[in-house]
Amino acid sequence: MEKENGDITNNNSTGLIVDEQEDRSIRKKIQDLWRLLWRDKSGLLGLTIFLILVFAAIFAPMLSPHDPLQQNLIMSRQPPIWAEGGTTEHILGTDNLGRDIFSRIIYGTRVSIMVGFLGVSMAFSLGMMIGLVAGYKGGTVDNVIMTLTNMVLSLPYLVFVVFIAAILGNSLLNVILIFGFTDIPIFVRVTRGEVLRLREEGYIEAAMSIGQKTPVIIFKHIMPNLLGPLITLATFEMSAMIFYEAGLGFLGLSVPPTVPSWGNMLAEGRQYLTIYPWMSIYPGLAIVLTGFGMNLFGDWLRDVMDPRMRLMKK
Amino acid sequence: MKPILAVEKLNTRFETFAGSVYAVNDINFELFPGEILAVVGESGSGKSVTMLSLLGLLPGSSSRVSGRAQFSTAGIDVDLLSLSKSELNRYRGNHISLIFQDALRSLNPVTTVGEQISESLITHLGYNKKKARRHALELLELVGISQPDKRYSSYPHMFSGGMRQRAMIAIAISCKPEILIADEPTTALDVTIQSQILELARRLQRELGMAVIWITHDLGVVAGLADRVLVMYGGTAVEIAPVDELYENPRHPYTEGLLGAIPSIANKGIKRLVSIDGSPPDLFQAPRHCQFVWRCPYAFEPCWQNIPQNYEINKGHYSKCFYDLQNNRPRTEV
Amino acid sequence: MALLLGVLFMVFILLHITGDPVSLMVSRHASPAEIEALREELGFNRPLMVQFADFLTDAVQGDFGRSFRYRQPAMGLVLERIPATIELASAALLMAILMGVTIGILGGSNPNTILDSLARGLGLLGQTIPTFWLGLILIIIFSLHLGWFPTYGRNTFVLFGMHLPDKSIILPAFALSLFTTGQLARFTRSAVLEVMNEEYVTTARSKGLGKMRIYSRYILKNSAIPLISIIGVQFSYLLSGSIYIETIFSWPGLGNLLAEAVSTRDFFLVQATAFFTSLVVIGLHLVTDLIYMLVDPRIRYR
Repeated sequence: MEKENGDITNNNSTGLIVDEQEDRSIRKKIQDLWRLLWRDKSGLLGLTIFLILVFAAIFAPMLSPHDPLQQNLIMSRQPPIWAEGGTTEHILGTDNLGRDIFSRIIYGTRVSIMVGFLGVSMAFSLGMMIGLVAGYKGGTVDNVIMTLTNMVLSLPYLVFVVFIAAILGNSLLNVILIFGFTDIPIFVRVTRGEVLRLREEGYIEAAMSIGQKTPVIIFKHIMPNLLGPLITLATFEMSAMIFYEAGLGFLGLSVPPTVPSWGNMLAEGRQYLTIYPWMSIYPGLAIVLTGFGMNLFGDWLRDVMDPRMRLMKK
Repeated sequence: MKPILAVEKLNTRFETFAGSVYAVNDINFELFPGEILAVVGESGSGKSVTMLSLLGLLPGSSSRVSGRAQFSTAGIDVDLLSLSKSELNRYRGNHISLIFQDALRSLNPVTTVGEQISESLITHLGYNKKKARRHALELLELVGISQPDKRYSSYPHMFSGGMRQRAMIAIAISCKPEILIADEPTTALDVTIQSQILELARRLQRELGMAVIWITHDLGVVAGLADRVLVMYGGTAVEIAPVDELYENPRHPYTEGLLGAIPSIANKGIKRLVSIDGSPPDLFQAPRHCQFVWRCPYAFEPCWQNIPQNYEINKGHYSKCFYDLQNNRPRTEV
Repeated sequence: MALLLGVLFMVFILLHITGDPVSLMVSRHASPAEIEALREELGFNRPLMVQFADFLTDAVQGDFGRSFRYRQPAMGLVLERIPATIELASAALLMAILMGVTIGILGGSNPNTILDSLARGLGLLGQTIPTFWLGLILIIIFSLHLGWFPTYGRNTFVLFGMHLPDKSIILPAFALSLFTTGQLARFTRSAVLEVMNEEYVTTARSKGLGKMRIYSRYILKNSAIPLISIIGVQFSYLLSGSIYIETIFSWPGLGNLLAEAVSTRDFFLVQATAFFTSLVVIGLHLVTDLIYMLVDPRIRYR
């Protein structure tokens, strides 16, 4: 009797302590997460670079010192400010037609960001839907979708894109559509993989077994878990798309040559590479900076989104 | 008798982003030649970490090990913890061997089982390939693997769970070690295979005269196997005793709890099974008092203030507790 | 085989649903009547399936149409360009493996050291610098300023009757390889890191094996398995990337041919090049799978 009493009191007291411990561990987890974010300043740097680019794209007319299309043959082939013969008027120099390189780079962000953002949005939304159907339905539907997906993914991507771009012809809309469509398979594959993984999780099975409706399961239980990996993927894909757009521009297959874009500038610069190297150097640096920022940001997102990473080092 | 292994004040700590983890705290124990010492405790109590610490197998960058571990046998008398990595390699797998819980993950998936046995022989005994192979075949036979010729060149994934564990044992005993440390080797196996492996271990221990440290959380296994038992809790050894004495006369509240949690024919219908309430201690704090105090039904004031010393109860029976369980009152010396 | 047919079909369908190939061929100023005439001549006004069947029969016989510009069968032009591309891509792959895998192993086995940062940095660098820009920059520095390498072209010397490229391959191969070097450094690093934490490595250490043996038989052998598939994928990236690099360095390979065919609107040549590049890449995937099976015993016996 006495012992039982002891048991009961002990029960209460330990229960209290356990609660306290759990409470502390949640607080600790949040603190850990914060520490992780704060530790990895490279992620913040990446985000900052990305935001600057978006800002430049939106406010290009206000930020550019010159009209990017304004030709001025007298002022042509000016080297950048720090080279011999450079002027403060054109800090990164001018091209063979006397257009201000700095202003053209600023306007170039518009093409890059637009292609990257719209292309990825398209691939993201379509890819996620197709992937959800494949992963959730399974069976023949899944087989057909995945066979097609793997087929497209086994093609050499650049050749594939060059090929389509050559047929469709130069226009911003075409470029966005090309990337938007050709990037779908990656999103399909990742979404499907995640859905299959989630279906194995106990709580989805539980939701299914108590007869919750399919839309409820998809929107309440599956979608929220998909967003993390897909947003991370989108960051990397956007950076890749910006690269591919510039590459197509370089081959003369992106937006029309009259539009200032980084790829077009490189294509023009290449013809004058031996005499006016700055025409090629600076647009390229803009691409490098973009890739750098988005990759840092993507790496950071991946670490934060991946629950396994939160455990940190054992 | 002189112990073959004497561990004194072993402490192991892990440095993490979140702070230090006090995984092993002031462990002392001795292992005598030819005996089987069972180490029991719940997961996270530091059983495995203790053994890995002794052999320098913890990740070097984040772990700190201190204390002494004197290994003494014919012509050898060294402190394992003071050895350099390459010096330690002369003892690991040769004089002291380990087998792990999950044999599938513990065997190299891309080399044959035979090669994994031979390489120990080549490394430690200086055998050539041919001789190592011949000996490895004998070892496979010895641990009860049929068709050793064929199995020699098989890969681990082609073995069944029980066979993999036999292969692990073959590797471990290949150089006739003085000490075999088995880290829950039967936990992942089903019951019939489990008893086969236990039987094998007992037979080999007798034939080779090894001292065995058998880590488990299953007290049922311990009774039929061990000579002595060491009970671990919160990274420290709370009680150590000869096996019969421990079962009849547990002197630490944690051991008593553990024994109360095993179903047995003897106490059927008499006592209900008792579980131990609460959860294991937070290892992020350096221990300042008994680690079991949060869950101890007998805890009283001194338990919150000091770490209990190792009280000798009988010859060879020690308990780290301020409470005298036998007489149901605090120890007089407290 | 099914995959091949699928790709063939896809190339074909893409060609026809994404636009009218005739519009690629004629100049922008052609009159509708002229376009219609050409369409009639080339049979593009027939039903799609008929065209595909036709295309297939011709393709099986090795007929991919004639290049307008060279006035030669497209297939011959493509086949004669393949070796130069394979040569460039192989050189780049070799450079990438030598550098990327080495740095990856060093970084992975010494986590949180300078070597580790180097491996991670190289990974980031490869992803950050576009191949086409790197080619230009290398020309500016090493050809124009330092004069160490020719600015373009494939110069050869003869050895045992073979025309082997001289130092002119170094710049293009390096420019092409950087992305892959970075990827390999990154993947090798994480593969090694992962394998180092595997229990069988602890077992190996508990057996008292030497460091060399643990590395060669345990860590590297196990890390190699995921790397093989990565290397396969990377080779197809290299083939794709050769479009830029061969254009910049005027390297006489497939990529150069494709870029040229695109800009001269040489329809059949574009089609044949795209098809054969895909063919090479798919062949590579098969070879990769084969090597994979040979190396990983778990797959071999399944």
